[in-house]
Amino acid sequence: MSSFDQGGEAASIVSVTDKVKPVSLGMAVTAVHYLGDRAAFVGTEETIAVVDSEGEISKVDVTGGGILSAVSDGSRILIGGDDGKVTALDKAGTVSVLATDPKRRWIDNVAVHPDGAIAWSVGKTAFVRAPKGEEKSLEVPSTAGGLAFAPKGLRLAIAHYNGATLWFPNMAGEPEFLGWAGSHHAVTFSPDNKFLVTAMHEPALHGWRLADSRHMRMTGYPSRVKSMSWGSGGRFLATSGADVVILWPFVGKDGPMGKEPAMLAPMKAKVTAVACHPKQDILACGYEDGTVLMVRMQDGAEILVRRNETPPIAALGWNAAGTWLAFSDESGEAGLLRL
Amino acid sequence: MSDASKIPVTVLTGYLGAGKTTLLNRILSEDHGKKYAVIVNEFGEIGIDNDLIVGADEEVFEMNNGCICCTVRGDLVRIISGLMRRKGKFDAIIVETTGLADPAPVAQTFFVDEDVQKNARLDAVVTVADAKWLSDRLKDAPEAKNQIAFADVIVLNKTDLVTKPELAEVEARIRAINPYARLHRTERCQIAISDVLERGAFDLDRILEIEPEFLNAGDDHDHHHDHDHGHDHHHHHDHGLKHYHDEEMQSLSLRSDKPLDPSKFMPWLQNLVQIEGGKILRSKGILAFQDDDDRYVFQGVHMMLEGDHQRKWKPDEVRQSRVVFIGRELPEDAIREGFERCIVS
Repeated sequence: MSSFDQGGEAASIVSVTDKVKPVSLGMAVTAVHYLGDRAAFVGTEETIAVVDSEGEISKVDVTGGGILSAVSDGSRILIGGDDGKVTALDKAGTVSVLATDPKRRWIDNVAVHPDGAIAWSVGKTAFVRAPKGEEKSLEVPSTAGGLAFAPKGLRLAIAHYNGATLWFPNMAGEPEFLGWAGSHHAVTFSPDNKFLVTAMHEPALHGWRLADSRHMRMTGYPSRVKSMSWGSGGRFLATSGADVVILWPFVGKDGPMGKEPAMLAPMKAKVTAVACHPKQDILACGYEDGTVLMVRMQDGAEILVRRNETPPIAALGWNAAGTWLAFSDESGEAGLLRL
Repeated sequence: MSDASKIPVTVLTGYLGAGKTTLLNRILSEDHGKKYAVIVNEFGEIGIDNDLIVGADEEVFEMNNGCICCTVRGDLVRIISGLMRRKGKFDAIIVETTGLADPAPVAQTFFVDEDVQKNARLDAVVTVADAKWLSDRLKDAPEAKNQIAFADVIVLNKTDLVTKPELAEVEARIRAINPYARLHRTERCQIAISDVLERGAFDLDRILEIEPEFLNAGDDHDHHHDHDHGHDHHHHHDHGLKHYHDEEMQSLSLRSDKPLDPSKFMPWLQNLVQIEGGKILRSKGILAFQDDDDRYVFQGVHMMLEGDHQRKWKPDEVRQSRVVFIGRELPEDAIREGFERCIVS
């Protein structure tokens, strides 16, 4: 148990707080992604703040309204807006509108595939556009709660009420339906393409083994899971939702079934954001009291990155090389740490 | 849900054609210096240009918590979280439901969803009713009855299209179902915005008294209808001469001047809503517990209850406990007996 959350100077933990470059973004933040070697903090509305390694901020207006979702493939950030537009910001700072809903309905979710395909959803309808430009759509039984591309092939998972739909937009035939009662929000494929996991409206995850649609119930959370991150080459799924980081093992063919999750970095505050290092067995986690830690997965050793007593951490992310960690609290007090 | 920093949410219900859209357009077009985000079920009906109008899908789902009547509106969870991205750009949220909607899942969303609860509070359920057709709808449309039973505020609209006896008749039918809601008579939904919005009906701190509304000798009736008195000397001020008993939906009021035993009352109440929660639409209470100088207040929707100590009983205040249930086919005798057993003898 860490003891530094009492507010005093704690001796028991290694701290790198003095190595963090603090950045005041002056706007509410929901996510952080990277555009090349710069961190891009996505605001709750209108703006993305791009920050270079010196802490220099350049703000780009990407929409006139609220930003409902944001994803990145490393070279561009896609956002879904309440103005009915899918908008992209690329490395060069160019803003382009990729799709517009004719009725100006909210773009609830966006997703991007490494090969350049994009997806978005409006209510019950999911859209996919391959790099060649052909647009296809699929209506699911109820409003899409989340979208995710499979790591291989052009396959889209759409989470909704009572399950998830798996869709191969380029193949004829019915999409596959994976059922489980309840409302499913965020959705993610395991990096080895063997499992699909959703974060549910209730405080639980649900998973399916894709080979045979076998169910995996992952419960016990005190609150809803809003942040999930695959770590250690897909051997673990780290999540928020408890006052510890929950690490579900996905090593064997059964995934987490019949196994206990590891619980790391316990605090007196709930974890709000997790991000696994892209190369090493390290994760970063942010808490609702503003604390940011780095944690070694093997033994749970902790390093303090940011002290508590601020608004909750809203965004946390590593660059692709794993040399930068960027984070921000909800109010836009952000930080960059070079490893 | 009494936190002042939370965005107030008004739920606007009403059977088809009663005048919901008219009221909504009035709220949005009047010059009141406030900005409302509006969650509508049909785009395009609102004649006002407002970038904070959102289409809803009325998607109801059951919570996996073993409580069968615990349904929530999943689309509201999503939309309210989306609207919070634009916090500070609006003062309140209005949720318009379809004419056929049950208000309960909307209200329950504000009780059970942690994120919605963090950001928003349910202010009141406002039901617009058509003075000409409501009596018929109460006979043939269970939804219309539900909406009246659930209401905190009833806007009885189109009163210019009915005669005075017809109006008295429809009001009596409303009172048979829900004697506690604030009732306003309107033509073309002409009503002060403050009578509809910011009512605090779900705010525990504002549960001050629980009296049937028709006993509150018609403040709005009198000043809105002064012209009646000149030429109708037989006008009945209490509007309560006709008493209907609705076979299906009714309210039940309990009171005691002797204190209640909290160790009996709380388990009884919780057990009651667990078992009869499907039938109990709304509940409310002000309680005087034995050896407790604080008033205890509670309110609930179906199986969901919230309650708290409100404030000290004032020295001149009669320490009387009052509990009200509105619901369908309420087991009145059993409820009365159960309540009696909670009274300290």
